[in-house]
Amino acid sequence: MKTKQLLLGDEALALGALKAGLSGAYAYPGTPSTEILEFVQGNPLTKERNIHSHWSSNEKTAVEEALGMSFCGKRAIVSMKHVGMNVAADCFVNSGMTGANGGLLVIAADDPSMHSSQNEQDSRFYGAFAFLPILEPSSQQECYDMARYGFELSEKYSLPVLTRLVTRLSHSRAVVEVDEEALPQNKLSYPKKENEKNWVLMPVNSKRRYVQLLKDFPQLIEESEKSPFNAYIDGADKKLGIIVSGLAYNYFKEVFGDKCPFPYVKVSQYPLPEKLIKKLADEVDALFVIEEGQPFIEERIRGFLNRGVKVYGKLSGQLPRTGELTPDSVREGFRTLCPNLEAAAETAIKGASTVTVPRPPALCQGCGHRDVYHALNDVLKEYENPKVFGDIGCYTLGYLAPFNAIDTCVDMGASITMAKGAADAGQHPSVAIIGDSTFTHSGMTGLLDAINENTPMLVIISDNLTTGMTGGQDSQGTGKLEDICRGLGADPAHVRTIDSLPKNHDDMMKMFREEIEYKGLSVVVSRRECIQTARRHASAKKK
Amino acid sequence: MKTDIILAGVGGQGILSIATILGAAALKENLYIKQAEVHGMSQRGGDVQSNLRISSEPIASDLIPLGKADLIVSLEPMEALRYLPYLSEEGWIVTNTVPFVNINNYPDMEEVKKEMHTHKNVVAYDMEAVAKEVASPRTSNMVLLGAASPFIEIESDKIEDGIRTVFGAKGENIVEMNIKAYRAGRELAEKSAKK
Repeated sequence: MKTKQLLLGDEALALGALKAGLSGAYAYPGTPSTEILEFVQGNPLTKERNIHSHWSSNEKTAVEEALGMSFCGKRAIVSMKHVGMNVAADCFVNSGMTGANGGLLVIAADDPSMHSSQNEQDSRFYGAFAFLPILEPSSQQECYDMARYGFELSEKYSLPVLTRLVTRLSHSRAVVEVDEEALPQNKLSYPKKENEKNWVLMPVNSKRRYVQLLKDFPQLIEESEKSPFNAYIDGADKKLGIIVSGLAYNYFKEVFGDKCPFPYVKVSQYPLPEKLIKKLADEVDALFVIEEGQPFIEERIRGFLNRGVKVYGKLSGQLPRTGELTPDSVREGFRTLCPNLEAAAETAIKGASTVTVPRPPALCQGCGHRDVYHALNDVLKEYENPKVFGDIGCYTLGYLAPFNAIDTCVDMGASITMAKGAADAGQHPSVAIIGDSTFTHSGMTGLLDAINENTPMLVIISDNLTTGMTGGQDSQGTGKLEDICRGLGADPAHVRTIDSLPKNHDDMMKMFREEIEYKGLSVVVSRRECIQTARRHASAKKK
Repeated sequence: MKTDIILAGVGGQGILSIATILGAAALKENLYIKQAEVHGMSQRGGDVQSNLRISSEPIASDLIPLGKADLIVSLEPMEALRYLPYLSEEGWIVTNTVPFVNINNYPDMEEVKKEMHTHKNVVAYDMEAVAKEVASPRTSNMVLLGAASPFIEIESDKIEDGIRTVFGAKGENIVEMNIKAYRAGRELAEKSAKK
């Protein structure tokens, strides 16, 4: 029996995993992936089956925890945003070497157009790099169906499977047909005898395993060729052959409906289905590759020589090289290639408004980060060349007016380590500002470096007791930040705490000034609950 | 039937509950739905929009193509204008007229009004005043939904069922207040579209 539910792509994938016998879900919050673990946490099956669903400290710990569960034979998912893959990469790439035991899905949600991210990296490259199968759903229904399919694929080849989502699938709702019954969970079991050695990646084992991984790879290509999610569809007009992957398939369908005159290959499982693509290439004059993100398929099939059948796409300029695809950019791509194609004709479009101005996001009124920046800015006016190294979170908005308070924002935790490098170079004042969740994600290890050298710099941990930017998930350091700093070896006299409230403006200034003047490492924890979670907690109390 | 709607507003104003209600109503009617929304950094007081597509036939793209939206439904007047290139020739703008000013270069309201009324199909009211009068200031998004409802091919009582589904957990009082606001909005639009 199936029922219909209206689900986000993230939710459909999470529910698919739950219905397929999930035992553990791991994640660090990150747009657009956050709703996957949130959905697992809120589902009754999670409680009933005691499915693991606690947030992890960062993406690397999350992947390792999931791999540990897979080692014991149980089905696990681990989800993160695309840049989280960089943090997780050490474990992820090596998980190709160890392989999986229980079905393991690594889910990366990419953010083309950078709606809420610092870059547009395409996670499919990681999958190729690790010699792992990749699933790239094109619809919410495929998100749901691919969870079970992915677990089965993972267990069949004893390999983790990468699932790649993009913002417009993660955060778009559609009607999904859902199974009423859930599969039973796997029992505890250990890697097969012949795979045991793979789990100890010493050179003696790795050298043998790498040869095996390469030898087995053609089987994964074959698997793609017969995948229910890949297809060759014939068309009468052989001037052009289309290769379309993942979400881009929807924009392609928007242009043509069911009446595409050209033959095409839909790709939602990698490695690329070579036979299907060769068949297409052999019968057409040119290929047009439509894919969301970076030109992953296009580069693979054309190479830099670009001889033989002509390949069009992002590298040749028919589709935009940056930003996400839209039904309009795909239609425009067809129009440039086939000017007389009726389906690709231009539509009349109203002119843009002449009075509208941009409305950038801003820190909420009543947010403690505001008070930290006000006080910090006022103190730093006293110095000639102050530098403030920022980090990833709501407080990155301190870059914008009226604060204009930070000089850098690079990756999770880089505030502390860059401030240290700057201090090493002779910079004074060198100030790092980092949120509580980012601190426990990747700030602690950098702080240890600074503590060990007693680097003259100030670290401000702006603690709002939550992971704010992604909507208020539990923060792993709540209630123990000062203990963590002291435990790492920071001088207790220079680990100080203040409530970031407007009435404490002068006291905050004084504390910042004293610690900037101190010729060693100091940490100020400025604390005030996130206004959004505070409201939620207040209204929950009322009930 | 097929209705493509751009829902617009400022982060935190409550456009997503409009989408949730229409989604619930459309699901009950066994219609196809796609609704793309924005989370994360852009929600912090910035401009937000959601693409909502409802159809009796399968829907391909999660995003509405330029020039194809039947409706722009906005909780804020300048935000309604931001998405003009998406509106079809015969499309309607249904918007609240109260500006949400959280930037220091917000345009002159007279200019906003002037540009708004260069378009022929506009339903523009102070939805907040209507909400305050008939129910509570917090229901202005339901007034807006009501004002947009005549342009959506879902029967009005089915949309009301959607309101009941979404607010049901909050108690009968809240449901009734929201339905009152919704009906007041619908009445406004019916009056105004007749003119």
